[in-house]
Amino acid sequence: MTLRTESRFADPDAAYRLLVEAHRKIDPEHGPALDAALVLLLANHIGDPAVLADAIAVAVKVVSPQRQ
Amino acid sequence: MFQFAYRRSPDQDRSSPPRHDVVVVGAGPVGLTLAIDLAQRGRRVLLLDDADRIGEGSRAICFSKRALEVWDRLGVAAPMLAKGVQWQVGKVFLRDEQVYRFDLLAEPGHKMPAFINLQQYYAEAFLVARAGELPGIDLRWKNKVTAVADRGGHVAVTIDTPDGPYELEASHLVACDGARSPIRAMLGAAFIGETFEDQFLIADVKMRAEFPTERWFWFDPPFHTGQSALLHKQPDDVWRIDLQLGRDADPEVERRPERVRPRIERMLGHGDFEFEWISLYRFQCRRMERFVHGRVIFAGDSAHQVSPFGARGANSGVEDAENLAWKLDLTLSGGNAAALLGSYDAERVQAADDNILNSTRATDFIAPHSEYERMLRNVALGLARGHEVGKRMVNAGRLSQPSLYASPLSTPDHDAWDAGPPPGAHLRDVPLGDGFLTDAFRAAGCRFTVLRDGAGPEVPGAAVIDAAASPLFAARYGTRPGDAYLLRPDGYVAGRFRAAAAGAIPAALHRARGAA
Repeated sequence: MTLRTESRFADPDAAYRLLVEAHRKIDPEHGPALDAALVLLLANHIGDPAVLADAIAVAVKVVSPQRQ
Repeated sequence: MFQFAYRRSPDQDRSSPPRHDVVVVGAGPVGLTLAIDLAQRGRRVLLLDDADRIGEGSRAICFSKRALEVWDRLGVAAPMLAKGVQWQVGKVFLRDEQVYRFDLLAEPGHKMPAFINLQQYYAEAFLVARAGELPGIDLRWKNKVTAVADRGGHVAVTIDTPDGPYELEASHLVACDGARSPIRAMLGAAFIGETFEDQFLIADVKMRAEFPTERWFWFDPPFHTGQSALLHKQPDDVWRIDLQLGRDADPEVERRPERVRPRIERMLGHGDFEFEWISLYRFQCRRMERFVHGRVIFAGDSAHQVSPFGARGANSGVEDAENLAWKLDLTLSGGNAAALLGSYDAERVQAADDNILNSTRATDFIAPHSEYERMLRNVALGLARGHEVGKRMVNAGRLSQPSLYASPLSTPDHDAWDAGPPPGAHLRDVPLGDGFLTDAFRAAGCRFTVLRDGAGPEVPGAAVIDAAASPLFAARYGTRPGDAYLLRPDGYVAGRFRAAAAGAIPAALHRARGAA
């Protein structure tokens, strides 16, 4: 796996807060579109389809209803 | 449990209002700490409290290393440590699975533990006993301040007692009168911030239990589905339990013991406990715009209020008191009041903002504001099962740490340092001789102190500690022989100097004293 899942932010709380604040500024119905825009921008920033595929695999496990 | 007596004071029979240097209003942990610190510096302090007993119930329980270091300096840490429960490990659970663990004091060589848990009424009782040993403190119970007026050169204070009202004058009045501060209201000063919608049940229960002395926090536990829970040990077999109840809970119904008991039974798996206290809270994070209003100064909860996740309430109040005591002392000796009290305001507003930021983030994580925030929180928790990225985003409270002050009293680094507390940071303890650096600081008089690695020139107006013999000092402070730190009377770093720059220390001392 090439996806890095160790914590990389010096202050993870601040990074988390940026997402919270971004969503507080927009209408909740546009929330999923905001997240989609963030995904596309950050995926492009990473620029590696293998990393994106790894991230998708982890994310699918996290959101699937069965506990692994 | 702790009852004191009102006594009539000669002040109540004087024909004109007597003048006091310092009047402290509120004999809680903050007011008592301030009064003791000032009295140890040789000041006479009048300490007023509107009650005649120590309030019981679920208030502060976690006291930080920094608060204990302050109280050690004031001669009152020993009974706190003897009675308190020491802890440093916290665990966070999602449902019944541990997702995160922290250890608050991985660094060896500190005199004080990371935290103790101690009921606030015990902490106050020890402080009252210590205050009683100091002839400089005049503690008057059942003395309720009903009016304050800044007359320019002094504050006029009106006080009500069982014998009726009397008046006095104060050169400075410090309001340590709590989150609902009557003095703040008398000044008409704003207290602005955020109120959180979720309600929390706080119960102190008495039981015999074998849980370890760790802070345990659950998200969505099996015994309290969809909410959060906290379990923490106190002395006397008392356990603090916080249960999140959500936004719509009816406080009158939820605080009834017959309603609370089944919830706690589900959590503990048995019913073999008694309630010592039950209360329901909605938390707030807010502060005054400024803490210094001429000759009236605010400290502790009267100046700033936080949610309890992080133990940042009473501990930050004690830090206010230690920050203010030496500055008020120097002001009364003819020091530059504007610079010294202005630096109290600047430094402690920064600390309050730091505490509000951290406790707001934790409270929002525990009780999300919106469907989106709940989803984001639950995804972070889901990621925490197996991925470091999620573990470090799980926020069940970031525990109180002293702030790093950007201070007008500090002299910025001129030399390069790759270790050690920078200007504006607090003293970091190390073993020294038969004791610790914090002991040496106390023995030197808790005043401006040059902390050296080896011998060096005298600095007029400052004590000296040579810490070269400490096995940890040079590494922890990043020093080489001849280097020196300048410490303030509260133990914070005013500046630090490589051996070749030692000539700059007197100017740094001048600046730290608030001189122009």
